[in-house]
Amino acid sequence: MPGGPLVARVLGGALRPLVEPGFLSSGPVRTALVVGTVVAAVSAAVGVVTVVRGQGFAGHALADIGSAGGAAAVLVGAPTVWGFVAFNVAAAGVIDLVGVDRRRGRDVATGIVLGVALGLAALFLYEDAVSTTATGTAVVILFGSLFAVPTTTVPLVAALGAASALALAALWRPLLLTSVNPDLAAARGVPVRAVGGAFLAILAVAVSLSAVTIGAILSTALLIGPAATALRCTARPARAVALAAVTGVAATWVGVLVAYDSADWLGGRGLPVSFCVVAAVVAAYAVSSVAPAARRRRPPAPPGGG
Amino acid sequence: MFAPFMLHAWAVATVVAVVAGVAGFFTVLRGSAFAAHALPNGAFAGAAAATLAGVDPLVGLGAASLAGVAAIAGLGRRARSDVATALAIVVLLATGDLLLGRTADYAEGVYGLLFGEVLGVSTTQLVPTAALAAAAVAAIVVLYRPLLLASVIPDAAEAHGIRAGRLDLAFLVVLALVTTAAVPVVGSLLVFSLLIGPPAAAQALTARPARALALSVALALTTVWASVALAYVTDLPIGFYVGTGSGLAYAAGRLRAGAGHRRRRVR
Repeated sequence: MPGGPLVARVLGGALRPLVEPGFLSSGPVRTALVVGTVVAAVSAAVGVVTVVRGQGFAGHALADIGSAGGAAAVLVGAPTVWGFVAFNVAAAGVIDLVGVDRRRGRDVATGIVLGVALGLAALFLYEDAVSTTATGTAVVILFGSLFAVPTTTVPLVAALGAASALALAALWRPLLLTSVNPDLAAARGVPVRAVGGAFLAILAVAVSLSAVTIGAILSTALLIGPAATALRCTARPARAVALAAVTGVAATWVGVLVAYDSADWLGGRGLPVSFCVVAAVVAAYAVSSVAPAARRRRPPAPPGGG
Repeated sequence: MFAPFMLHAWAVATVVAVVAGVAGFFTVLRGSAFAAHALPNGAFAGAAAATLAGVDPLVGLGAASLAGVAAIAGLGRRARSDVATALAIVVLLATGDLLLGRTADYAEGVYGLLFGEVLGVSTTQLVPTAALAAAAVAAIVVLYRPLLLASVIPDAAEAHGIRAGRLDLAFLVVLALVTTAAVPVVGSLLVFSLLIGPPAAAQALTARPARALALSVALALTTVWASVALAYVTDLPIGFYVGTGSGLAYAAGRLRAGAGHRRRRVR
């Protein structure tokens, strides 16, 4: 294909000041971009429903809980994705079981499960450090490193991402109805409790995928950030999902690019890629506060706060 | 286990348990679990910055906790404050990671700050920790009645002329003090377990506030003392014992309370 290299060269020349040479031909960068794109899109879509349902704390708690799973997976030599998924789905089940209808009760239930999981994370990470020669396992699990994602994980991430996107699409209408008006949903015969449980499971998988990408305790950023940004710009759920996915993917790409380039700016020791992605996500959120739609339709603050 | 260097660990752990039991009682009562989780996480960045600058980590922890209070109070006035809080936590954690990445002992620094290292507590840490804890307990003693009223019956508190916003801020400052004192001992992630587990267990066991408060402190002390002893004997991280111990305390409290209800119903 003679056209390919030419286009690449022209593009490369045009983007030279922005993109350091070797960016797109580097294997780790390609893997990072593929994994980052899939995960950012799925997380953003699930995040929109999470924000609409007001389950930000549950999403964040699941993210932290996942760190115990990731550490346990390293200990038994399994891919960390499976550890994240196993612990998050189990924790989602426990939160759903223990949680009562009162919001305060749900927060305490979430907090207890979170506390126990963090204790386990402390143990497993310590054992990881003792038993393996590789240093920095704790750092990779907690804060992630998109450039260190093994290529073998890519099909797994893609499959899990597709599965949660499909499940979200299948549950879309009942989910929105139960989120916005549970009483009306119940009156129409929607199984509110089952829908809520199913969503927690989807949330658990989405959070696990984010944990692979930017680390367990930072994964809230990909879940909540793009969704909150999109919901500031539009009130229509379907449009918000599309906008959130675009925002999340763009932020991930910018983060990867900046992290890669920063190695040259800073003389060999670049910025952590997770930090760059989080910074890009939050920058998008900050910019959205001056979005025309947000200014035009700023809702009056509800009494007693959100 | 009671060697001279361990005495500091016992003393600091006791101080932290008492103050966490007291502050945790109101954390659970007010449903501020999210704030109790957010402040220590944010403080992580402060400690990381202090480590990088070569300052005492307590200074960084204190400054970051107070900044966190200001952020939560400021953001809380708008709708969707949980989203803003979650994003603020993540930014601070990522910044902490970035800063620690610039120091020499990266992995150990991250692990110690997140999960605590009570066995490495030095004499110099003892006095500031105790002072911070005393300030937090004193503040709660002074605010006890209005805080209790505002937490349980917000409407009645308003009728008594108690300003809810100002009280919220005061309580957040107390949480910041607790965070600063406790993070070096049990770590950013596990301060939270101690603030939620024992108090929630105590409140499941009794409905009377003063008794629940005392019970909360007793359970926190039991958890922490058992954790120090087990960590020393088994040579495993203390965070593991604090986390699971708090969860066990809660489970035991719930079971006991459930059994009590059933007995009363039978009679």
